[in-house]
Amino acid sequence: MLDISPKATLPKAGGVGYKPQHFNELMNAPGSVTWLEIHAENYMGDGGRPLAQLRHLAEKFPISVHGVGLSIGGEARLDPEHLSRLKTLIDWLNPAMFSEHLAWSTHDAQFLNDLLPLPYTNDTLTRVTAHINEVQDHLGRKMLLENPSSYLAFAQSTWSEPDFLRELARRTGCGLLLDVNNVFVSATNLNFDPRAYIDAYPLDLVEEFHLAGHDEDADELGRKLLIDSHGKPVDEPVWALFDHVISSGGARPALVEWDNDVPDFNVLEAETARAAKHMQGVVV
Amino acid sequence: MTLELTTPPQEMTVNQTSFRNALLDPETPAPDGLVTPEGTHAEKRFGVYRNNVAHSLSSALVDGFPVLTKLLGEEFFRQMALVYLRIHPPASQLIMHYGAAMPTFLVGFPGTVHLKYLPDVARLELALRRAYHAGDAEAIAPADLTQLDQATLMDTRLVLAPAVETLTSEFPVLSIWEFNMQDGPKPTMQAEEILISRRGYDPVAQRLPVGGAIFVNALIKGHAFGTALGLATSEVADFDLTATLSALIAGHGIIKIEKG
Repeated sequence: MLDISPKATLPKAGGVGYKPQHFNELMNAPGSVTWLEIHAENYMGDGGRPLAQLRHLAEKFPISVHGVGLSIGGEARLDPEHLSRLKTLIDWLNPAMFSEHLAWSTHDAQFLNDLLPLPYTNDTLTRVTAHINEVQDHLGRKMLLENPSSYLAFAQSTWSEPDFLRELARRTGCGLLLDVNNVFVSATNLNFDPRAYIDAYPLDLVEEFHLAGHDEDADELGRKLLIDSHGKPVDEPVWALFDHVISSGGARPALVEWDNDVPDFNVLEAETARAAKHMQGVVV
Repeated sequence: MTLELTTPPQEMTVNQTSFRNALLDPETPAPDGLVTPEGTHAEKRFGVYRNNVAHSLSSALVDGFPVLTKLLGEEFFRQMALVYLRIHPPASQLIMHYGAAMPTFLVGFPGTVHLKYLPDVARLELALRRAYHAGDAEAIAPADLTQLDQATLMDTRLVLAPAVETLTSEFPVLSIWEFNMQDGPKPTMQAEEILISRRGYDPVAQRLPVGGAIFVNALIKGHAFGTALGLATSEVADFDLTATLSALIAGHGIIKIEKG
């Protein structure tokens, strides 16, 4: 196990989703970047450069491990092989945080490589509760659950998303990862007020924020449809919503995600600096 | 955010089988019960998930098969990838290894069936990816090997790095790879035996002399040096052992010498 004792928690400051092309800048001149998030599945190989880089980064930064492949919302049981790979990584790295998504991605042993939506029903609640409990028991640690970005709704849903997340956290003891861009994207696409969502959301259970850029498209009726693309700077209305979040619930470790058309490090660093600036002076 | 407490009618419940089926097949309409904010059927919105899945998986294939992409052109390759991902969606969350069925797929795909060398190009690219993610191991110093006398050497077992594998092709696939990735000379028609390994963190592919793959594969199986040499020379009378060992050493392929 690595010695990460001095950096065992994420600071309430700016972090970035790690991209290998930024390795040298992060090691030598990270600027406002104070912590990193990695996608768990990219570090499940046996060895090589990805794990070697991670070893170096973990000596310098607190790390948050973000899973994209557990399929916590899946109808089938969790993949024991994947859970075991995850445990191997977590035990080795001993990261400051582990988070996953309120979504599914695997069905009939096919991994679809996307975060797919769930109906918010009592059945889903029971199933996701059992899966989160299994993950936390298996890893021997608390996890955070992230709110999805939605493009459509389920006629069968009987819960609002904030209530559903609050109830999951109550039943499992998990924390929440609030993706502010996802709230804005879903609010636009499903025609609800993002501030009302935040006001209904259990901010006291939030241990990490995500911020990212989105793209704009249109639906069949020509209305605005936002796509959670992670390929642009954070949009201005999302920064405004972020201000509402932190004035309501205080600062948290705040991550800027940029996964497509990844820019030069200085562009990403400027976004992180801005996230930190928005949180400056906020009474926690 | 209304809290709707009534039980929905049965046909409005969407299960993940129907969701997945429509996701992978654009001819299958989005399941009933997926709705817009007004409650109408969300067919176009469902397309966002279709696009996400198709784009992320075909991009993973473009990244994973750079030479195939170059040979076929990215536009063609992406069209082909859409067919591939519907027949072979990932069986694992480790997208780093996605595309293992590509060599056999290329044999049956109408647009590539006549390009007989493509499956082996795909095999080489898969092997290089496996090498990139293979377990770490430190290579022996060349002198550790050269100082052994011949009798000792024959009884010795050479343990190879986890990244080491071979590829034998009736086509010049490494030459094709080098021509496309490293401005190598124009390939000429010849069979090639290839050693794949990793130097530091960088995968490397080197040409082996005829019979070299037999020798290396025997070592991978755990045979003694003398046995491996016997297997190679029984197939190739003038087997070039020195060139094969040079490639193994240059590729940081030998990690341990176990004396018999």
